Amino acid sequence: MKFDHTHFRQALLRTPFHDRFVELSTTEEWMAWNTYKVPRVVDKLPTEYFAVRSGCAVMDLTPMEKYRISGRGARDYLDRLVTRDISKLKAGRVTYVVWCNDEGKVIDDGTVFQLGENDYRLCAQHHQFDWLLMSARGFDVDIQVETHDVAALAVQGPTSWSVLAAAGISNLEQLKPFGIADLRCGDIPVTVSRTGYTGDLGYELWMDPANALQVWDAIFSVQGQYDIHAMGLSALEMVRIEAGFIMPGFDFNTAEATIRNGYDRSPFEVGLGWVVNLDKGHFTGRKALLAEKSRPAKRRLTKIVVDGNKPVGEAFIYDGKNGKQTGEIKCATWSPILKANLALADIEFINGRLPAQLWARIDYQRELKWHSAWAECHSHSKPFYVPEYRSATPPMRY
Amino acid sequence: MSNYDAIVIGAGHNGLTNAAYLAKAGLNVVVLEKNEYIGGAAVSRELHEGWKYSNCSYVCSMMRQALHRDLDLGRHGLLLVPYLGTINFGDGDERLFSYHDEQAAHLELKRHSPHDADAMHRFQSDLTRYSQLIRKTLLRTPPDPTSLRPRDIMEFLYLAKQFWKLGEKEIYEYVRFFTMSAADFLDDYFENDLIKAAMASPGIIGTALGVYSPGSSYILLHHVMGDVDGSIGAWGLARGGMGAISAALAGAAQEHGAEIRTNAGVQQVLVKNGKAVGVVLENGDEVYARIVVSNLDAKRTFTRIMEKNDLPDGIYEKARNFKIRGSSGKVNIALSGMPKFSGVPENRYINRGGQGFTGSMETMERAYDCWKRGRWSDDPFVESVIPSAWDPTVAPPGQHWMSNFVQYCPPELADGPWTPEKRDQFGQTVIDKIERYSPGFSDLIVHMEVRTPHEIEQEIGLTEGNIFQGELTIDQLFFNRPFPGYGQYRMPVRNLYMCGSSTHPGGGVSSACGANAAREILIDLRRPNTVPEDDFYDE
Repeated sequence: MKFDHTHFRQALLRTPFHDRFVELSTTEEWMAWNTYKVPRVVDKLPTEYFAVRSGCAVMDLTPMEKYRISGRGARDYLDRLVTRDISKLKAGRVTYVVWCNDEGKVIDDGTVFQLGENDYRLCAQHHQFDWLLMSARGFDVDIQVETHDVAALAVQGPTSWSVLAAAGISNLEQLKPFGIADLRCGDIPVTVSRTGYTGDLGYELWMDPANALQVWDAIFSVQGQYDIHAMGLSALEMVRIEAGFIMPGFDFNTAEATIRNGYDRSPFEVGLGWVVNLDKGHFTGRKALLAEKSRPAKRRLTKIVVDGNKPVGEAFIYDGKNGKQTGEIKCATWSPILKANLALADIEFINGRLPAQLWARIDYQRELKWHSAWAECHSHSKPFYVPEYRSATPPMRY
Repeated sequence: MSNYDAIVIGAGHNGLTNAAYLAKAGLNVVVLEKNEYIGGAAVSRELHEGWKYSNCSYVCSMMRQALHRDLDLGRHGLLLVPYLGTINFGDGDERLFSYHDEQAAHLELKRHSPHDADAMHRFQSDLTRYSQLIRKTLLRTPPDPTSLRPRDIMEFLYLAKQFWKLGEKEIYEYVRFFTMSAADFLDDYFENDLIKAAMASPGIIGTALGVYSPGSSYILLHHVMGDVDGSIGAWGLARGGMGAISAALAGAAQEHGAEIRTNAGVQQVLVKNGKAVGVVLENGDEVYARIVVSNLDAKRTFTRIMEKNDLPDGIYEKARNFKIRGSSGKVNIALSGMPKFSGVPENRYINRGGQGFTGSMETMERAYDCWKRGRWSDDPFVESVIPSAWDPTVAPPGQHWMSNFVQYCPPELADGPWTPEKRDQFGQTVIDKIERYSPGFSDLIVHMEVRTPHEIEQEIGLTEGNIFQGELTIDQLFFNRPFPGYGQYRMPVRNLYMCGSSTHPGGGVSSACGANAAREILIDLRRPNTVPEDDFYDE
């Protein structure tokens, strides 16, 4: 994408789908995401949330940072970059990865798409070009920013496959979770991956920005058969917490943006030990992570259910009612489907273990008056909500 | 003949701050100023009817918030407004616009280099980390590294603790950073030359170093460690010009009972039995006090207003060799309208803040080459601000005043002394540079004031016109400022103190030097301390 002097007229860029969101927006609630203007809420938050859990929700993913990594050394490069063993990744498959600096602190997380031989796309939450290029020294690899050259749309929810099939994207039924397929929507080439950030059945569509509106219109053309809702980032926040997904830069500070010593986090500390493979050979941060693993754990970003129904915002966690402060809530949501307060909390361990008791001190308002209450918290090792149908292949037809 | 507790020589912003805190402690203080106006280099003067120039310093970011609040400078008329939207002009058509909005700023950088746009986040994190540590030292007296006094040891422990908190990797980086050149430092982050040049420019402002000179990366930090209301690196304009800062400080000092005398240049500091006892004014009057505080730079203090015989051996030589090299000029221009710049779109977020006529790294280095050869730069680096775009009090409505800070300009020319003709030629060089980017600029000029280091020294008293009262290189910083062994504001003659930018933490309108000196004086006089602790954003 070429930038010219006039971009300042719109401090924020518009995605190729922007006009459609404008037509649908009743709230006019917009926010900035990675230099793009995107909806926080399009119409009504509960509607958007339940679209993901009951029907089909469509969300603009274009602002996601996208890097094309190719060349003979691309696999070795990526294997060196990320903590996970990706040597067995195959063309047409996606995997979730996290990458660290030399101190073993998380720089960002993202997904690696193997699009072909020696051809990868890395999607990231934050700007990574600086780090990717620095890490590329000595590798036969070409790295391009394609954030603005690829439009992306998330189509998520139990009916998402039925919606896409009805919209003319065929041959999708055999696509397994984390699979990629090059398909067509009518005449338009669309790359579809069975991926998402919602924990539900869902797909992500990748296309030329020039074709973006046609794909959008094709999807929404089946609205008569299926209830389809455009969705903003507020609903995404709810469903991603239910699914137990973390968000670097929000749930914890990313390493390269950290100013204060000790404010960054390792993959183990944010509960991503499962994507760290210390046996795969050298990767950036391995030495520090090996050392960390040999010591008792200091802290962990922990999934907790907070008792009661008081809205959990920012709150400290204590090791008992009126106990010692031992952590803090980083993100929280009321789960309409589980009827529970869910949260991710950064909790300091005591002797290498999670404190036996966890209590949150919740400050909340009722008609502008502040109240304070204690609520017990219960740690949860699995994602809060995993619908069984989400990994079925072929997916359930509606 | 009159008797005071304290005489402060020079009504610059640090002298006024010092006087305010001494007076607040109940001392009977007089400030003696040689000019008919106060403020030293923080002044607003009406040289042409309707226009108020900030003749010397022109923007503010280092003023310690804790002092601002404590001296109630807001009530005394001080308003610091952050300004936005600097344009950096490349050698050719390239332009770099800076937006305060993070997203817009990112897009603008991306236009020049997608890599650099991302690297800016790392750069800002690192600079902020460096700033936060150095900011903690500003309103504290440097410890004496040779002293075993509990206070010095405690202070060293405090610093060690702050330093240790950086973490192992950052400690190495920090030490390295202090001796690097701005260019080497920026090479760790950026590839685009204009971005580098724009980021490097704070590394040369006020110093006789170039962007490739070791030590210039600290100067860069010195210019970005300030803040406006917590936005670290932001710069503000004082409403009414920089004189508003001096006026507010004077108001505070007078409210606490200090006396300020103008047209009262000090001829000499009187020393009896090894103690400073007062001063002789240029008109022959004598003023006596228990202590004498010099707000003048170290060189001027010890080589101009002190008798060599009154000084311990070696001090005169230290003062004579104090590195205080003039490198910058100032061109203040009254304009009949807002200048238009080529390659700059109509936009209310830019073009109303600053203009950096940076060119490229090479242009800036070549500008420095001229200085080394005793000439002003023929293609100078010019940093401009048009305060009237924000401030309704400094120019008539619809008309403007433009502050142009120019590097490099030597205090002495290779081809003989400065003359009014040469000064005007220097001014013309600056106008020619601006005209290159703003055709028709000269037609807007209503009045201008051209100041070379020569004028700055003659009028303000800053030796060689050095705006920092001495280079901010590591040999002259912290406990080495102004001289090793004299980093705690007490000077080699008893009852003589220094409170100007020649002392820690150095140049910039921070009021920190004056406040730190006051704290030391009050300790010596066994008075309760009146100077507040600093505020920090990282705690």
